[in-house]
Amino acid sequence: MTDFLLYALLAGLGVAAVAGPLGCFVVWRRMAYFGDTLAHSALLGVALGVLLEVNLSISVAAVPLLMALGLVYLEQRGILSLDTLLGILSHSALATGLVVISLLPDVRVDLISLLFGDLLSVTVDDLYVIYAVAAAVLGLLILLWKPLISITVQAELAAVEGIKVSAVRTALMLITALVIAIAMKIVGVLLITALLIIPAATARRMSRTPEQMALVASAIAMLTVVLGLSMSWQLDTPAGPSVVVCAALLFMLSLVVRQRG
Amino acid sequence: MSSPLITLKGVNKAFGGRSVLDNISMQLMQGEITTLIGPNGAGKSTLVRIILELIQPDSGTVSPSAGLRVGYMPQKMHIDPTLPLTTCRFLQLANTSHHACHEALERVGIGHLATSPIQSLSGGEVQRALLARAILRKPNFLVLDEPVQGVDVTGQNALYRMIGELSKALNCGVLMVSHDLHLVMSATDRVICLNQHICCQGHPEQVTQDQAYIDIFGQTTAVYAHQHDHHHSLHGDVLDGHNHQHGEGCNHD
Repeated sequence: MTDFLLYALLAGLGVAAVAGPLGCFVVWRRMAYFGDTLAHSALLGVALGVLLEVNLSISVAAVPLLMALGLVYLEQRGILSLDTLLGILSHSALATGLVVISLLPDVRVDLISLLFGDLLSVTVDDLYVIYAVAAAVLGLLILLWKPLISITVQAELAAVEGIKVSAVRTALMLITALVIAIAMKIVGVLLITALLIIPAATARRMSRTPEQMALVASAIAMLTVVLGLSMSWQLDTPAGPSVVVCAALLFMLSLVVRQRG
Repeated sequence: MSSPLITLKGVNKAFGGRSVLDNISMQLMQGEITTLIGPNGAGKSTLVRIILELIQPDSGTVSPSAGLRVGYMPQKMHIDPTLPLTTCRFLQLANTSHHACHEALERVGIGHLATSPIQSLSGGEVQRALLARAILRKPNFLVLDEPVQGVDVTGQNALYRMIGELSKALNCGVLMVSHDLHLVMSATDRVICLNQHICCQGHPEQVTQDQAYIDIFGQTTAVYAHQHDHHHSLHGDVLDGHNHQHGEGCNHD
């Protein structure tokens, strides 16, 4: 096996492992559109990172995080519904990112790879970043698992029972921003939400507890990466979209199996 | 009778420039059932959330007593059906053992639903599950925001009775929000009538005679008194239906 394929596989597996449990929260809390908005703003993160000459990994995580905090602030002001706010921010961020990238002098940024991922160009350094971030995310998820479930079920009840709801919520946003930053390399900003929610939705039908669902989603996301990469290798298709296609196929398969059963 | 659990002094709250609560002062006592009534938009839920310290008042003070332990039953709960959660696990979120959860579920009469998905419970069963989670924390103060919501009239009576019994058994104070007047009257020690400010308060009989109360709710003269002469099990089956009295003109057995 060639190195670049091994790197791609390892990178994909690392991201998939954390995309599973986080994706469960995205599904449980109905945050799909929210995830999309943060993912789109990651493109702006790339543009600003290049423009301001800061480390791209940092700017790609920082912009979605700022976006998330801004959203919370605007939502609490209660000027517009969350849905409308997300619609505005999501597409403004995507458009601004595209415009800023086109204005960058002397820098050739491969737009397609930002939008749809560039799994086959993963380097060893990328792998270090991905696994460090994935480990941090996993640690946070395990540490905050119970309060996260509790605020997902009923936030006010959780608050009365002594959970610091806004701190836990902010931590979930941080986790989301971190996962987006590492998932961008794999599937690109336009397809990140798919990698989060499709494995989780597939796992729902096979799980009886939240923990089970998180683990099954993780396993399904990892299987999806393996299948997607094989497909990409065999058919010479783009890797990121191939991964998402395989996720969708697995989801449909789970529907069929359930209807028969 | 006993010490105050929580004291409010001169609490004000406004949302977007519109005053919702105006100079609220009150004390909630150990072992006393207080019912908060008022029309829609009177600020009942806002007041409850201030008492629970979920939101801060614009001015005024909220002083909980030392050792206050709150059990809360929220008005509504929406749990996404994609979250696999049994009723027992829902209770365990309150940080307790499996055994304690089963005990609490038995106590509110839904022990048989422990392994059912929480989303499959009916309105009345959800209220009971919420009540079970509230008492799990061994509270000395129960806050119930419209506890009989989505429960039929017979079930409402049963639920109020259960709340009364539980509060006595746990020796805790209760704050209950309701706009259900005549059902609440019998189950409560003190009524506070709220319409942005406290209109009147006192014993139920006293309050219904108060002009401020009558101005808001009207004279509750012809309340239909349902002559319920049998009991239902939790599933709605009539338990002792064979010995009920038929009125004239009733020709069935």
